[in-house]
Amino acid sequence: MMTEISLNILDVAENSTRAEATLVEITVEANTETDTLSITVKDDGKGMTKEQVAAVEDPFFTTRTTRKVGLGVSFFKQAALLTGGSFSIESAPGAGTCTSAVFILSHIDRMPLGDITSTIHTLITFHTQTDFIYTYSYNNKSFTLDTREMKEILGNIPFDVPEVSNYIKDYLAENKSETDGGISY
Amino acid sequence: MKSLEELKAIREKMQGQIGVRSESDTQTRVIVGMATCGIASGARPVLTALSDAVQTKNLSNVSVTQTGCIGLCQYEPIVEVMEPGKDKVTYIKMTPEKAMEVVEQHLLRGQVVTEYTINSAIK
Repeated sequence: MMTEISLNILDVAENSTRAEATLVEITVEANTETDTLSITVKDDGKGMTKEQVAAVEDPFFTTRTTRKVGLGVSFFKQAALLTGGSFSIESAPGAGTCTSAVFILSHIDRMPLGDITSTIHTLITFHTQTDFIYTYSYNNKSFTLDTREMKEILGNIPFDVPEVSNYIKDYLAENKSETDGGISY
Repeated sequence: MKSLEELKAIREKMQGQIGVRSESDTQTRVIVGMATCGIASGARPVLTALSDAVQTKNLSNVSVTQTGCIGLCQYEPIVEVMEPGKDKVTYIKMTPEKAMEVVEQHLLRGQVVTEYTINSAIK
């Protein structure tokens, strides 16, 4: 079991990069009016067959050979359903995969969102070949980070040099706190 | 809101400073397991601590990367250090604090922190 929702996001997005995605779109949307926290991870990777989609939520299904269980998706689904929320995966071979989870914000069993800034920063700086569009919104405010825009400005300067890496971390942290007023939930 | 303007300033400052990075035989590779097992047991802060330390201490001969499941889930978070011409060292049950010791002792001074290795755990 993960201890933060942001770790589930990291785990599922890692699946996208392993599925050879070139673009991963991550959306985190908190809304106190509808009392929901909606997470979407959408990629343009190689996708899954109908049989794989049906099996992937089963903890005893995995494509890897190093062990016999695959808990990532199961954890994410369980965490969402535990709050009375919902979970879905849409995928087709060659068409990428879209994973969505809705958590009920005020439910006592909802784990904290956690350090989402660190999750997104890790993804961006350790997968410099993959592009990410990250959108974070809290009620009516939101911000977006699109690595394609950053790459256009930076040219041949990579994301993992200290100056750029720190800029991305600050960008994520500052804009998050301006969007949600700096609360943790 | 922080804007992309600052990024332009960074580019101006760094233009020309970026050489081709040496991914040669002298490079030490530090690899962190980042599959479900690693992430669930705390690999993300370990990875962040290692890459931050390598940057701040300017260890240009060390590259920090991540990998999937190494197959030893019960020992996660796992950090592997691969120095050219030497046997791979596998550190288990890492924390950001232990990772800092590995940076200080192993990466900077060349002394393996034996007590954190898998060899000392299964003896």
